[in-house]
Amino acid sequence: MTVYSNPGTPGSTITFKPRYENWINGGWVKPVRGQYFEDISPVNGKPFAEVARGTAEDIELALDAAHRAAPAWGKTTAAERAAVLNKIADVIDANRELLAVAETWDNGKPVREPLNADLPLAADHFRYFAAAIRSQDGDHAELDNDTVSYQFHEPLGVVGQIIPWNFPILMAVWKLAPALAAGNAIVMKPAEQTPVSIMVLIELIGDILPPGVLNIVNGFGLEAGKPLASSPRIRKIAFTGETTTGRLILQYASANIIPATVELGGKSANIFFSDVAQEQDSFYDKAQEGFVLFAFNQGEVCTAPSRALLQKPIYESFLSSAVERTRKAIQGNPLDTDTQVGAQASNDQLEKILSYIDIGKQEGAKLALGGERVDLGGDLSGGYYVQPTIFEGNNSMRIFQEEIFGPVVAVTSFTDYEDAISIANDNLYGLGAGVWSRNGNVAFRAGRDIHAGRVWVNNYHHYPAGAAFGGYKSSGIGRENNKLALGHYQQTKNLLVSYSETAQGFF
Amino acid sequence: MSTLPTVVIATVTVPGETVPRVELAPIAVETLRELWDEHGPLMFHQSGGCCDGSSPMCFPAGEFITSDRDVLLGRLDVAVAGATPRVVDFWISAEQFEYWSHTYLTVDVVPGRGSGFSVEAPRGVRFMIRSRLMVTFA
Repeated sequence: MTVYSNPGTPGSTITFKPRYENWINGGWVKPVRGQYFEDISPVNGKPFAEVARGTAEDIELALDAAHRAAPAWGKTTAAERAAVLNKIADVIDANRELLAVAETWDNGKPVREPLNADLPLAADHFRYFAAAIRSQDGDHAELDNDTVSYQFHEPLGVVGQIIPWNFPILMAVWKLAPALAAGNAIVMKPAEQTPVSIMVLIELIGDILPPGVLNIVNGFGLEAGKPLASSPRIRKIAFTGETTTGRLILQYASANIIPATVELGGKSANIFFSDVAQEQDSFYDKAQEGFVLFAFNQGEVCTAPSRALLQKPIYESFLSSAVERTRKAIQGNPLDTDTQVGAQASNDQLEKILSYIDIGKQEGAKLALGGERVDLGGDLSGGYYVQPTIFEGNNSMRIFQEEIFGPVVAVTSFTDYEDAISIANDNLYGLGAGVWSRNGNVAFRAGRDIHAGRVWVNNYHHYPAGAAFGGYKSSGIGRENNKLALGHYQQTKNLLVSYSETAQGFF
Repeated sequence: MSTLPTVVIATVTVPGETVPRVELAPIAVETLRELWDEHGPLMFHQSGGCCDGSSPMCFPAGEFITSDRDVLLGRLDVAVAGATPRVVDFWISAEQFEYWSHTYLTVDVVPGRGSGFSVEAPRGVRFMIRSRLMVTFA
């Protein structure tokens, strides 16, 4: 067990700067209008650093820098870019504890998660795309004896990326790695709820990249996000967030006729078939943990398994064990490596979760565990903590239909295979799902029948580089985490070459 | 002298219905009046999905393009009594409405940071939805 010291106190791995400017053209640049906002730590509800409140003018500066850098960066060899990505990965590995504490302080997540998941995954993600770009071939087709079609991958140029607040560094990396690998220059806007940890990262990796290749402008969505997303100077926009802003981003993209990828969340079903409880063995234990993973990252995961579907014969027994297991989850100081449940990322997130718990009760859902805000006392008293909460109800309730983005799971039962698939698919979203069964045939078929882009079979919440991630239905457009993502950051150049000396014969 | 806001209840706009579906808490009325002064006419679109999902997003009127696949849930006049009406339309996607239609929505305001491109965010506040069951569906 380790308890990391609060940032800025003796023994801490990090002391935040009092103020973080924008990162433009390889250096710190003050916001043109000279305005800043406070970043609040959800750990204790107190401000800890000032952050540039960027506006359209700062986005233009960043775009200027990106446009200057893009042509040369786009001409570097895949080997050169891969080397850069691998160096970034090494720096992330070498600074894991520092970055983990920064991430926890910015976001509220228990430090065991960035130490063991977010940051190792981020480093590996860069390495994966370093390998992917090295191994990517163009293709050609010999259309006839004299005509050959060659297809080349070209970078798009300058792209915009808007990052969510639930995994501030990892979600940035999901977008950065393929875009950089493909040879693009980037203007990125982090989430205003968690603007600092990514700046701590850029401070470490900034000099590995040529100036202007990666530019980061902080600020509010209205003031900085919109000018970026609607700019005619980007060749692509990527966004992770919610549906209304997703539609707005797609609308701006249509005005500029540029591609957009959007990941807009889900309401993932986690299905447990009866045979899971056939034996009380290690697999059953794994399945129980699979249920409790709804509380991972305080439920602030786009694929949180927030709808648990239990087959009727095991409903009571499986749920009662799962409730007990969840009850044992350690909630406490996020900087303690024993802590399993930390703070929600912001006050408004806390309020929203409590409002959903309220409507859940009004709709007649039965509270099996939790349901309250937690006061951890002392310095943590002002932090945003919610008990892991388990509701029993039915799929038509609001708590079954919208992503609460909190440590709240809604549990219901199903009769047979068809019923399970029907409930799982009765939802607007289709990002993730889980299927648990000892019968490989059932698990496979269910995995294929669920309308979701990622179905975990007999596991949950793994995000290895290489496994494509993205949504069906209202969960969005595009795939990340796999070489497919390169295609979202590349143009296709077709050279259609004739090796014939003979006229076509039309004129 | 400003008039202290009270709750504003929306007009009924869903075809075939007779009871309102959405209202503004007094603090939301006050916030919207200030935002109207700053940005001009406003609209809401109810969000879904992850991150800031479930938040009502407030935009300059017309900024967000609605379609036949959206439902106008109600119209909310935030003007002070006797003044020229300041009507804020409240929209939700039709597919989301299907799952939300049994609940009555109250737009509230809480301290917070950031919410998509919604206009209130730079003020350090967020619009938030509180819900209760619709009487007709109870």
